[in-house]
Order: sequence, then C-alpha cells, then structure tokens
Amino acid sequence: MLMELKEQLLSGSAEEYLNKLFLKIEKSPLNGFTSLARESALQQAREFDKNPGQGRLAGVPIAIKECISTKGIETNCSSNILRGYIPPYDAHVIEQLKAEGAIIMGKTNMDEFAMGSSTETSCFGPTRNPWDYDCVPGGSSGGSAAVVAGGEAPCALGSDTGGSVRCPASFCGIVGLKPTYGLVSRYGLVAYANSLEQIGPLTRTVEDTALLMEVIAGHDERDTTSAEGKKRYLPIREGVSGLKIGIPREYFGEGVSKEVEKAVWDAINTLESLGAAWQEVSLPHTKHALAAYYVIAMSEASSNLARFDGLRYGLRFGEDKDWHTTFSDIRARGFGPEAKRRILLGTYALSAGYYGRYYLKALKVRTLIKEDFLRAFKDVDLLAGPTMPIPAFKIGERINDPLSLYLADVFTVPINLAGVPAISVPCGFAGHLPVGLQLIGKHFDEATILQAAHTFEKATPFHEKTPAVI
Amino acid sequence: MEDVIIGLEIHVQLNRLRSKMFCGCSTDYHNSEPNSHTCPVCLGLPGSLPVLNKKAVEFGIKVGLALNCTIEEETLFYRKNYYYPDLPKGFQISQYDFPLATRGHIMILGDDGVERDIRINRAHMEEDPGRLVHAGTIDRAKYTMVDYNRCGMPLLEVVTEPDLHSPKEARAFLDKLKSILEYLEVFDGSLEGSMRVDANISLKGGDRTEIKNISGFKGVEKALSYEITRQKNMQRRNIKVVQETRHFDEIRNITVSIRSKVGAHDYRYFPECDLVGLRIASWVPAIKAALPELPDAKRKRFVEQYNLSDDHAKSLTSEIKVANFYEAVAARAPPKLAAVWIADVLKGELNYRDQTVDGFSQEHMAEIVNMLAESKITEDGAVQIIRDLLDGRGSSPDEIVKSKGLGKAKDDVVQKAVREAVAESADAVADYKAGSERALNFIVGVVMKKTRGKASPGEVHKLVKAEVEKM
Amino acid sequence: MITKVDVEHIGWLASIKIEDDEKDKLVEQFNSILEYFHQLDEVDTEGVEPTYRVVELANIFREDVACPSLSQEEALRNAPRRENGYFKSPRIV
Repeated sequence: MLMELKEQLLSGSAEEYLNKLFLKIEKSPLNGFTSLARESALQQAREFDKNPGQGRLAGVPIAIKECISTKGIETNCSSNILRGYIPPYDAHVIEQLKAEGAIIMGKTNMDEFAMGSSTETSCFGPTRNPWDYDCVPGGSSGGSAAVVAGGEAPCALGSDTGGSVRCPASFCGIVGLKPTYGLVSRYGLVAYANSLEQIGPLTRTVEDTALLMEVIAGHDERDTTSAEGKKRYLPIREGVSGLKIGIPREYFGEGVSKEVEKAVWDAINTLESLGAAWQEVSLPHTKHALAAYYVIAMSEASSNLARFDGLRYGLRFGEDKDWHTTFSDIRARGFGPEAKRRILLGTYALSAGYYGRYYLKALKVRTLIKEDFLRAFKDVDLLAGPTMPIPAFKIGERINDPLSLYLADVFTVPINLAGVPAISVPCGFAGHLPVGLQLIGKHFDEATILQAAHTFEKATPFHEKTPAVI
Repeated sequence: MEDVIIGLEIHVQLNRLRSKMFCGCSTDYHNSEPNSHTCPVCLGLPGSLPVLNKKAVEFGIKVGLALNCTIEEETLFYRKNYYYPDLPKGFQISQYDFPLATRGHIMILGDDGVERDIRINRAHMEEDPGRLVHAGTIDRAKYTMVDYNRCGMPLLEVVTEPDLHSPKEARAFLDKLKSILEYLEVFDGSLEGSMRVDANISLKGGDRTEIKNISGFKGVEKALSYEITRQKNMQRRNIKVVQETRHFDEIRNITVSIRSKVGAHDYRYFPECDLVGLRIASWVPAIKAALPELPDAKRKRFVEQYNLSDDHAKSLTSEIKVANFYEAVAARAPPKLAAVWIADVLKGELNYRDQTVDGFSQEHMAEIVNMLAESKITEDGAVQIIRDLLDGRGSSPDEIVKSKGLGKAKDDVVQKAVREAVAESADAVADYKAGSERALNFIVGVVMKKTRGKASPGEVHKLVKAEVEKM
Repeated sequence: MITKVDVEHIGWLASIKIEDDEKDKLVEQFNSILEYFHQLDEVDTEGVEPTYRVVELANIFREDVACPSLSQEEALRNAPRRENGYFKSPRIV
C-alpha cells in the first residue's frame, strides 16, 4: 500500500492527496483525530511536490497517537490535565519519521493516558469504529486504528502497553505490531507503564508495518532500555513451510466468542495448508497474567502520572491555595475516572505494607509468565491465537464496569509482561465486525511473525475488505 | 553532652562534573537566569527518559572508598515518590536497597579532645530537586517561585549513624567530610548550596526531630544549638518532644515545624525501570588505585617527612589547597619554618580577609620564609610583607622590603648599638647586677631606638644580656 | 478490605482530591478489583525472582558532556503561571 502510495504521490501531488484526506477528516463521523497539523503538513507536502527527496517515506502522511511527543504540536494524551501542552521536542520515532520524509498530519484520539481498550475514556469523547459507528474501535490506540481503517490516514503510530496497538488493529480490521520491548526507543512516549510499553505501527498491510518498523526501530542512546543495532525486515520472506506454530491451549475456550474462535482456527488451518505445522502448547500462567499486568501497570502509572500537577504545563484553574490543596484539586478535575482509578489503586499497591503483596508478587508472576513463553519457544517458532476474545463491542456497554473491560485484554497483556513481539492481522469477521489473528514471536524475532503474517495476508482477502465509510 | 544524639544526612553536589546526573544540561548554572539550564529530562517533560552520567558513578565510588565504605557489587536506582513543587516528575530518582556504598567511617576530633571514628551508614546517588524561592518565609509566603536550574544536579547523600553528640562535633564532621571531598576533586564547596544537611536530633530517651535542608556549616551549628535548647526546655517543662520535621529559619535563627499530616511519609520506593542495573565491582580496583592521598594520611606524612608538630600538620592538611601550597613552599624553603608561617600567620591573615590561598604566590611565601631563615627580615617585617601583599600594596616581598626599608640591620650595626647602649646606661646595668632582670628591657629599648626598629627584639635582648654579663 | 478511610488516605498520597459522594463507589470498585488481584495469591512464587525489566541490559551510561539546554522562554512556554523567569507555585504551607 505505502509503496504504491509513494509512486502515486511522485506522479501526482502530495498536497492534493493531503487536502483530500483533510477534507475527508473534516466530514468524518469517526472522531479519530484530535488535532491536525494542517499548515506544517501542507507546507511539507508542497516541498515534496517540488523536490521529493530520497526518504523512504517521502511525502507519506502519518497519523500519530496523542501520547507521542511532537515538537510544536499539542500532545495531551487525550486528557484534560495536559490540554494545551506543546512539547519543545520530538520523540525519537518522530525524528526518524521526519528524517525519512514522512509528513506528520495530526494527532489521534486514545483512551486517556492509554488506559483502556475502547478509546472511550478520552477527554475528546469516544472514537467510532469505521465498521460500525455504534461500536468502539478498541483501544487505547483507537484513533490511530480508526483513521487508518477508515481511510483518513495511510498509516499511523500507536503505543502498546497491554494490547493498545493490537486490540484496535483487531477491532478495526488492520495490521498492528507490538515490537519486542527495547526495539523501538520510548524517548518521547508519554509513559503509562514504562516497563511494559512500546510504540508500534498500525497499517493496512504487513509490508507497510515492516517498512515503518525499519524506520522507527533501532538504537537510541536517550533510552537506556533501547537495544543495539538496526534491523532489516524488507523484503519479507514469503512462505511458511517448515515453520512450527504453537497454539496455546489457554487462548481458546471459555470467554472466547465462538465466531472469533472459528475465524482464528480457519486462519490456523490456512497457515497449515500453506506449509506450516502446528502443535498445541501450554502457557499455564495465562490465567494470572491479567491480575499481574494490572497491578504492575497501575503501580507504574501512579508514579508516571505524578508529574501532572499544573505547575510546569497543563491544567491550572482558580486561585492558588496551599500547594497540596491546589495540586489535589487540579488532579481531581484534570484526570478522568479511569485514570484516577488506576493512579489510586497503583498508589495503594505500592504503599507501605502492600508492596510485597501486590507489586512484588506481580513481578514474580511476571517471571513465571515470561518463562512460559521461553519454554514454549523451545519447541515452536511462533505462537498463534486470537488477539481479542471478542469482536468490537458497543460504545458505552462496558465503560461502567471496569473489571469486565480489563478482562478483554486477557490475550494481549501476557505478551507485554514477557516483552516478546506480537502482531495482529485481519483473519475474518464476526458478523460485520473484523477479527484479528495474533502471532507471537521470540524476543527480537519480529522477522518470523512478519513472515507468517505476510504469507497469511497474501493468501487471504481480509485485508482488502474495507468498511463502508471508504 | 553525651545525652545529645545527632545523626546527619548530607547532600553533596558532585559539582565538579560538567553535566547533570541524568541529562546533558550544564552544572554551571550559578549566576544564571532562573530556568535557563533545563531540558525535557530535568524539567520532567512528558515522555523524557533519564540516562545516567557515568562519571557521576565514578565520583560516587571514589567518595565511598574515601569514606572507608564497602562498594556494592550491584547497585540500582529507585523512584522515591512524593509531591513537592521542586520535584518536576513527582518522584526523585534515588537509591534505596543496594545503595552504592555502605558501612564506612571517618575520624573527627571529639569534644573531649580525643579523636574517634564516626560511622557512615551509607552513601547513595540521587538527583537534586529544583530550588524554591519563597515570597517571604516558608511558613508565611503568599506564593513560591521555582527554578529548575539546580534540578537534576548529581547528588551524593551521605548518611551517618547517630554518633555525634554536639553541634561542634557535627561541625567537625562536616569540615572533615568537605575536606575529603575536595581532596577527591569531586566537589567545590565554595558554590552556593553545594552541601545541604538534614539533621536528626534527640535527647537521650526522647523522640527525635528532623531539621531539613540546612545550608552552610554555621547554619548547622546554629540550628542544632537552637533545637537542643528547645528540646531541653520542653523536657524541663515536662512536655513531650514529638517526632516531626522542622525547618531552620536562617533569618530568625529558630527551627519551625513544617506541619504535615502525621504518618504521611510513604515514599512508595520501587525500582526505576527506565534505568538499567549497574554492575560496578570491576571498576573498584582501578578507582581505588587512583585515589589521592587523603587528609589523615597526608597529616601523618607531614609529621614524619617535615618533622612538623601534629597541630601544624593538621592545620596544613585540612584543606587540599593549603596542603599543596605548603608542599610547594617547603620545597624551596626550610619546611619547619614554612609550616609555622603558613599555619599560624598566613592562614589567619587569609581567614581575616575571607580569601583563599589561591591568591597568594608560592614563590613569595618561599622568599619570605627564606629571608626569615637568613635573618634578613624580622618577624614583624614578615607579617608586614604578608599583609601588604594580600592587600595589594606591593608586588613582591623584595620590593616591599626595599620600599619600606624593612631589611634587618646588619649584625655589626646591632653589635655597635648594643655596646653603645650598655655604655650609656650605667644605672640600668647596676640595677641588673643588683638582681632586676627587667632593667635589661630599658637597654633593649635604647638599642631598638638606635637601630630604628630594624633589629629583632629577641636577639637584641640576648646580645644585651651577653654584653652586660661580660662586665 | 479497603475502607472509606483508606480511600481518603490513598487520595492524599496520590494528591487527588476525592469528593465525599465518590467515596462509596470507589470503595466498592476498589474492593472488587483487589479481590480479582488476590488471584495472584494462588500462584506459588516461592524462590521466584521478580522481573523488573524484560531486557537484560546493564551499565548503560552517557559521558559527562554538557549539551545545550532549552532557552528560558522554551522552558517556561507551557507554564500556566510564571513570574520573572520562575514557575509560579502555590505557597507551601
């Protein structure tokens, strides 16, 4: 897709193309974008039209999730507490994109501070799913997924702390990759749970994801958890013969919708017919991954979100009282209910007397979960299962029952706990709603899951289907 | 004062580093506009990440070793979570379990005149918060202004055991610590706010209070003295001292309670996973081998090598600059005499003027000591030369001697004057012979008059006595 | 079990004001979520080391080199309240 778009832009006009997108976005019912960088983007497009340059993404517009720092463009994590904040610096990934000529077209909606799986907790209101406006697009990178699926942007970046790229990719019928922890620099990614999250691409095809990964991945000395070296993924190896796929027993059964299960099994059968072998494996601690994930994520969040106090940036209102009262009022009004819930629970989990019971215990369970994956990967090259146990649900359906919302992340969070990479590719439909197949790889072995996903995509028509809005 | 128990937490800025602890901002922010030395990292902007300054760790290990601590093989950073306007991230990156250095000691002179070891509990690395400027005093200000230039400065927090028993001992400890840090070239104590102290203090059997953020060594002595008096008076009136945090008000010279919710301190320490772990065991031998000679060792060597009194050696080694100055002079002039003149005279004159030894030429000092040794000038003359040089009156000892005529009279001139004076003072000679030792002073006075003060009174006294004895 | 008093204390620690009419609901939600977390108690973690970070890296540093800072104007640009080059904070006490 992006390759063809580049050619189209070279023979046509990037300015024209961008204007068309902006026009579409203006009339869009999706509420996927929170702000557009109209002027700077159009200026860049005009420059491209004059002199296209050599960049690998020259002239290609890209949508950026609200939690990725963009110099001169408001970055607010879809939270009232950070409204109006204009960063003086670009995230590492933004620098990389710009260096390759990509055009930052605007910022996309998300669950407030990436806390959610439905993009309903945003201060800008929910984003709609292009396949069904009454449904959520998934989250937290719901804006990025919706605008790509809805044809408002050719590609986007999201971030994935517990499934926030893969879940909306699955719900919106596009491709989304959560890279190995450490592969993409987090410098400039506003932290929610810093030991778990990575920035990842959301695109229409697996090849596009590979292209974006070649641009954004690689060592950055400003992130000490960033891995050495620069990887190549293109051209993606085609074919799956000889690949051994593990099917985690725990990823099927209770809680998984019949339609999802069927679509995923059809996909496994397709991969088998293409030459791959599969075998059942067990990830015995899957059951406890959710609890471990939420304890860790909330604990880290309580600390990561402590900096929002209205002193250096963000919300400030009324007359100042003493600092504690003032900050407490600002934080009470500035954070939405879900962010508050997680900050408070995380504070509790780290507080004196509870650290061992919650945080430390969760980190030990995390070790067991990581070991589950390492053990499975002794026998197989990759794992396959559903990305989400259910297709997109209705807006408002779960928002008042936080726990039921958390339960939807059951197959995505173990991947973040283990730090391994995983990709979600469209593999069918449950009624009119897309279903995603999740392929999970070994640490730093993005190449294998890209290979399997690409081969699957070539053999199936799902990625070509587009929602009615397009 | 054994009934007073004091422990100190000293925050030392490793201000000889060029850049901050976790970012590349310059440490040279003194005399700069507020908030002109910040970046996304030290300003805690969303999305920024810390990267540890390697040399800060090396400096930390150096200090740890100099404080006779054990350096941990593996060490890591934690987040210390609390809210305060000077803390831009809402947490401070610090150490908790597995600090850099543990269980050390340094020696101080106790109030009883006996030297003893003060135990160091630990020394750990952390980042400095910003600086608050209160519009008025902390407890009465309408609002507060924040400058983050200081934020992220590399700090080493040195924590003592409660081994100190008086404000004076606390001061002695701080002086010694400062001396060691300057020997190690990791610290410049002349910069404002470079060393800040939290003091825990209690009376035997009572609860302790913590006085936070005292700057200046005099401040520490004053704050502790006030607090001891306050606690003693409470004890006398049978009022229980409550465990609390207090602030030292430098203007009013009192400590005031910073009322905060009881039991509210819960820092929720947990590992900072934006920073990877540190395995530093392999660094230690090289750093240890490169450690400079420290004050106690130097003092001992001075006694042995230059045959100095322990007091002089101690005085000369308390500051690395003075020690280096002394050794440079001692290489060119008689060491023992140089020690007396630097320790007893020059240091005093410098102190009086609030100057450091940097402003005085080693060559000049050596010249002065040599002239004294050769009796070319008197002691009074030498003092005069030192003062003139310090006050900018004269460019060299030689020039001052000439222009002020401070050259000591030649011996034969003095001899002649002595003979004449004795001959002219028959009455005084008779008095002396009759047993009045004081009568000699009269003759000495006559000699001094004749030589217009260029002779040394001590020597003249000796000569007069010898001359009279001959009669 | 978390109580209303706990919720108030946590709010104080987290510097988030909690209105009286929110407290009951929070107590209920927290207890149901914490109950879910207590599933972790079932897992035998005897002798298991915690995983703080999944990447096994150590000793990553920067050299002690000073780089340009933001200008004062850039640093203060997002400040809602400022005065004479300072961030203006509420009073301490």
